Amino acid sequence: MNTVLSARDLKKIYHRGSEAVHAVDGISLEAAPGEMTAIIGPSGSGKTTLLNILGCLDNPSEGALSVGGDEIFGGKKELSEKKLTGIRRRNFGYIFQKFYLIPTLTVLENIMLPSVFYRNCDICKTPQEVLKQLGIENRAGHLPSELSGGEMQRVAIARALINAPRILLADEPTGNLDSKRADEIKDILRALAAGGITVIMVTHNLDLAKAADRIIEIRDGKIV
Amino acid sequence: MNIYSVAYKNLLRKKTRTALTAAGIALSAWVLATLLGFNRGYETGLNRDIDNMGFQVLLTAKGCPYEAATLMLKGGTGLRYMEEAVVRTVTSNPEVEGVTRMLMQGVFDPNKGENGAIAAYLGVDALTYPKMKGYLEFKQGAWFTDNNAYEAVMGYEAAELEQREIGDKLLIPGLNAELKVVGILKRSGTQDDGTIFLPISAVQKIFSKQGKLTGLGIKVKKGADMTAFENKLYDLPDVQVVSMAQVKSTIMNLVTSAKVIVFAIAFIAVIIAMAGVINTILMSVMERYGEIGILKSMGAMPLDIFKMIWAETAILCSLGGLAGIALSLATAKAAEAAVRHFLPFTPNGEMIAINTGIAAGAFGGIVIGGLLSGIYPAWRAARVRPLEAIRSEGD
Repeated sequence: MNTVLSARDLKKIYHRGSEAVHAVDGISLEAAPGEMTAIIGPSGSGKTTLLNILGCLDNPSEGALSVGGDEIFGGKKELSEKKLTGIRRRNFGYIFQKFYLIPTLTVLENIMLPSVFYRNCDICKTPQEVLKQLGIENRAGHLPSELSGGEMQRVAIARALINAPRILLADEPTGNLDSKRADEIKDILRALAAGGITVIMVTHNLDLAKAADRIIEIRDGKIV
Repeated sequence: MNIYSVAYKNLLRKKTRTALTAAGIALSAWVLATLLGFNRGYETGLNRDIDNMGFQVLLTAKGCPYEAATLMLKGGTGLRYMEEAVVRTVTSNPEVEGVTRMLMQGVFDPNKGENGAIAAYLGVDALTYPKMKGYLEFKQGAWFTDNNAYEAVMGYEAAELEQREIGDKLLIPGLNAELKVVGILKRSGTQDDGTIFLPISAVQKIFSKQGKLTGLGIKVKKGADMTAFENKLYDLPDVQVVSMAQVKSTIMNLVTSAKVIVFAIAFIAVIIAMAGVINTILMSVMERYGEIGILKSMGAMPLDIFKMIWAETAILCSLGGLAGIALSLATAKAAEAAVRHFLPFTPNGEMIAINTGIAAGAFGGIVIGGLLSGIYPAWRAARVRPLEAIRSEGD
């Protein structure tokens, strides 16, 4: 299988006093280009911790992770924060339940924000491309306060896509939306996967999870 | 779009807080520019007043040189008298280009001001004094030509105060002496503006001080050895030599002491502004903790975040600094009036002189101070770990 992301026996152990908490306990998974994966499970099961490790936002206690063939975790040497930032910048787009749009920047400016920090990007898309792709080109000059929740999440997705990531990680992307807007986001994520982007999402929304190619259920840090 | 435009727009989120912090910085810049301008204006004015004396050495009867300086600068009454014969001794020196005799006298005028005041009259030589004071110009009339004439030339402010014009009579209180005003000077920006000049022989006669002088102004030839000449004058009995260079140096030493206080106040103003900037930017960083984490997850390096927060500080300080400089220029006249009201002695001319150098220096000081105070909040923001920031927002 042609994989874009590969995780082997990932573990994340927290220490609460003398007690060791296994938030992620030996998870292995692979994701192919254009594959949409939903991670579900009860609160506290380790879904978000797993997503953060897959997205290089957190270090695993044990195990290995490679992205696009490059070994990120599991090697002899731990990567510096600067190198991790470079890996995130080139490979990942993130979507969160809270949209984290900057209120004083317009839609267009919010979308362009990653390119402020990633100046010499050859593969990056133009803001107009992603605005059109997300169907919000007519909202380009508006401030976030002038948008609906669904539109704000579209802007957040557009912002995540500007660096042309290979993998899109979404943590409860429909958590703040009503069912109609959630359906719209589901269709967008589905379309992105169809376009070749690997989508890995954590959700409590079973309707959204059913739209994925694969559902992974986690309990107590393990795949069940 | 770049980091600076993002930083500018970040400042617009909390407009009131940004405006209040900028106002604090503006106030500090205003204090700094005004104090530096005052320092420069006072020093320049004092130098100009001393240089406009028209002579380089003043001979007085033995006494305190500081009192002699006061006599020159404030027009107070004479302290002791020296014999007029000293004129011949002094003029015999080859270094002397010219001398001018002076006799300062004062009488209490009960009609002056609310409770009466001393009216000062300076007897001067009709021939030599006008030559040494070549910068004096007349608004009306001219100098008296006879040293025995009962005539008066009034400085601009003295004439305004006494409400006299040429041809008017001037009565010396208690002495039954009536003088005719023959000239009124234009404003010169020196102590001469407040002086009433009379012919020296007339003053000697009116005040019964024949053959007496309170001062002898000496103009020295160009290229003459001043030190050697002053040493010769020190050998004269019962006279005090006051060199203008000495006076200037003494007063400037006092001014330097005052400078330390002025700069201490200016430093405190900058420190207060810096504390305000640290507080505002740090609060802003704390409020945007999660957002900064998101920026880092998008690929912003720690240096990018540092630059963005530092740019916010720089913009805030620049705007506040510019407003403060503009305010200091706009209020310079009002501040000068207030300073003149409170200080016992102020030189003539512009006293709060804010030039381009001072404006640039005050602006630079405020911006550098602001940038230094922005280092800690920017460093804190740069150290934010994306996951911790996102988690803290989620909690």
